[in-house]
Amino acid sequence: MTAEVLRREPPQAPIDTSERGLAERVFRIRESGIVVVLVLFVAVTAGLQHRFLSASNIQFVLVNTVIFALLALGETMVVVSRNVDLSVGSVLGMSAYLSANLFGRHPGIPIPVVFLVGLGIGLGWGIVNGLVVAAGRVPSLVVTLASLYIIRGIDILIVGGGMVTANTLPGSFVDIPKETVLGIPYVAIAVAVVVAIGAYYLRSFRSGRDLYAIGSNPDAARLAGIPIGRRVFMSFAVSGAIAGVAGVLWAAQYGTVDSTAGTGYELTVVTAVVVGGVAIFGGSGSAVGAALGALLLATINSALYVLGISSFWDQAIAGFLLIFAITLDRIISVRLTEALRLRSARRAA
Amino acid sequence: MSASSGAGGDAGAPADVGQLADAGAPAVGEVALALQHAAKSFGAVQALIDGSVELRAGEVHALLGENGAGKSTLVKILAGVYQPDSGTLVVAGREVTLHGPAAARAAGIAVIYQEPTLFPDLTVAENMFIGRQPLRSGRRIDQGAMRAEAAEIFKRLGVPLDPGRIARGLSIADQQVVEIGKALSLNARVIVMDEPTAALSASEVARLFDVVRTLRGQGAAVLFISHRLEEIFTICQRVTVMRDGKHVLTDDVSNLTADDMVRAMVGRELEKRSRGEQAEPGQTVLEISRLTREGVFIDISLAVRAGEVVALAGLVGSGRSEVARAVFGIDKYDAGGVNVRGKPLRKASPTGAMAAGIGFVPEDRRQQGLVMDMSVQQNVALASLGRLRQAGFIRASSERALASDWAARLAIKYSRLTDPVSMLSGGNQQKVVLAKWLSRKPTVLIVDEPTRGIDIATKAEVHHLLLQLARDGVGILMISSELPEVLLVSDRILVMREGRLAAEFTRSEATEERIIAAATGQAEKQPADQAPADGAPADQTAADPTTADQTAADSTTPPRRVP
Repeated sequence: MTAEVLRREPPQAPIDTSERGLAERVFRIRESGIVVVLVLFVAVTAGLQHRFLSASNIQFVLVNTVIFALLALGETMVVVSRNVDLSVGSVLGMSAYLSANLFGRHPGIPIPVVFLVGLGIGLGWGIVNGLVVAAGRVPSLVVTLASLYIIRGIDILIVGGGMVTANTLPGSFVDIPKETVLGIPYVAIAVAVVVAIGAYYLRSFRSGRDLYAIGSNPDAARLAGIPIGRRVFMSFAVSGAIAGVAGVLWAAQYGTVDSTAGTGYELTVVTAVVVGGVAIFGGSGSAVGAALGALLLATINSALYVLGISSFWDQAIAGFLLIFAITLDRIISVRLTEALRLRSARRAA
Repeated sequence: MSASSGAGGDAGAPADVGQLADAGAPAVGEVALALQHAAKSFGAVQALIDGSVELRAGEVHALLGENGAGKSTLVKILAGVYQPDSGTLVVAGREVTLHGPAAARAAGIAVIYQEPTLFPDLTVAENMFIGRQPLRSGRRIDQGAMRAEAAEIFKRLGVPLDPGRIARGLSIADQQVVEIGKALSLNARVIVMDEPTAALSASEVARLFDVVRTLRGQGAAVLFISHRLEEIFTICQRVTVMRDGKHVLTDDVSNLTADDMVRAMVGRELEKRSRGEQAEPGQTVLEISRLTREGVFIDISLAVRAGEVVALAGLVGSGRSEVARAVFGIDKYDAGGVNVRGKPLRKASPTGAMAAGIGFVPEDRRQQGLVMDMSVQQNVALASLGRLRQAGFIRASSERALASDWAARLAIKYSRLTDPVSMLSGGNQQKVVLAKWLSRKPTVLIVDEPTRGIDIATKAEVHHLLLQLARDGVGILMISSELPEVLLVSDRILVMREGRLAAEFTRSEATEERIIAAATGQAEKQPADQAPADGAPADQTAADPTTADQTAADSTTPPRRVP
């Protein structure tokens, strides 16, 4: 993958738009690079263990991806504006417990209402994060690290030693992840649509572009009159709301919810986002790339399981991918800047 | 509004592409903007006392003044960044109050800074239209229309820039073009350019001037700030000169000579220099030979002897600070070498420079000279930790002894040595930086703008201190933009211009006019018999920097004096 990307040195192209072409090509290669790695992983694993491509396993991987891809969408909105939301795992956990618990307390409660409650819980925490970051001007790393602990703490207080078990949940709820069309889970399709909408929003709406601008150069954003506080606040609110919905999905998939649900997810999500090509210091990357990153991590996780390799390797590989992706992005960025600079200079000469 | 020069702007162009021919826009020759008697102070510092400037539609108006004359403050008032304490601003016949950058934009004023602020990850078109992108159905951004509008503006400006590429990697010149394009797309009728040519090459300057002429032809009023007088003769119709925060004169450029402008900028009666007798300089302690860092400074050779104060004068951006940083080992250099007391210094190693006996008081004391959150005594001891260390530990008591000793010698005013250094005044902070280096007993001390932003009394103390050090045998290389300071303190004055040494004066030869002339590349008016035998106007000889620099730098004798 490194060689693949780096070998694409400036080819000779028509002078006028060659710089545009170069930049666009590099970003396209960056995202298709994830697909290449993904295909390689699937091919090798399937070659070793045919079970990997069984319908049930594909379904398992996709459902697993769904939750991370959703979280990655919200995280992308936050990260492109040079922030980070570390509270998503805790928000997911609290939303998962409180929403699943509703079925026991209010038998017959409509499932859409449960999703709305989960969304509301997430939105609430997202608003809290967004307010402190935007109005208090506190670095988001610190704010969301604090809310990671605070939300988890409150969650533990609420849950205590208890848990929600699958038998208290209605079958129609537990079956949500299992419903498929042509072997593809409905939720996977739904999330793919949501991610596509999110990516389109970030690309084609003023407020979405503002997020990239803020992450690309905060000082310039201020001079350009972009309402930085409002945009950043909104990105955290959306990220929280998405984490809330993801929590309900989590409950449906796993059935058993205790106070540890979603622990550590924030790091997986940030990893997925960065592996998916979103610059950790903001300004570039897409929600589709982040979702692909989530898919890659879920695939690797499952491949190791299917191959009978210790799940310790899972984390090591995720870590390796993270460093690899960040190093790669750094190299690409430096070389791209240099290549663009030289081309501009040559054009001017 | 001249329809002839509106080149397609009047007929059929999309309504929100920057047309200068808007209703309400002043016609060519009418006053587009007038700032009258603006004053602005920051705490006790009066940055602007009487700032006045009047711009007419269809003119390029130069704003001249030395560093600290109040130009930047005036620009920031026009940009809406600062609100003046008093004075009036009239734009297109209406008195306005600018509450912020957005208000300035709405009033039709655009400011292009020396270093543009773009979004490197966004496309050129998006940089121009951020927050105002053209929309299509459903409030979606119309990428096609946005790029077409940007392309249209670049066509009007006559520059081949691709609106679809990302801004990353654009040269400063191209970035400025993007900013100018943004100003046009905003319908700006007043365009302020703050030293736009400072970082440009000759061919880029030529292209910028073409763009500026186009703007003028379309009825814009351009305020053009530059230190290069030849540029002002080339592009500007009128000029306003400022000095010490006050308006000095406004006149047609054609009515003035370069000398008139320089005199108006310097203005004040030359201060009587009084300082004690200096000891005869000793042996050479710092020798810089043919030092080059590509694109920053070229072929710099100079020597500083023990007991001598050598000033490096020149405009901000001429490469002075960069030379100092390279000598101290902060930046790398591509060619040449540095010797301290005859021994070559290792490249790019501040540790090596310190070990060889160099001290460096940087330009920006808050960012580079001090650790603001650490205490006074910790900051003083920072460069002496090796000496204070006992078995790997730093004793607070020895730190304290060192600090109180030097604080007394330099008369630093503080309440407690353990207070954070950020609590001291600017002047006392600068003394702390000096104390930090003096406690190491340096052989060579490099000071970059040693008195910037400190009050007059402390300034005099710092000057006295530098002279005292020289008497004690330290070789001092001082970078300063304040000419009175340069003339007061230094034994020799080297002038840099555009990365090269442009002139050298001894103390007795130097005058403010000559230093400015050398720094701006404005050849001094010389009697006919002494002038180069070509009869060309002065600013044309200066326009060829290679010959001008070569003669100045290579000749061992300094430029001739006017009898």
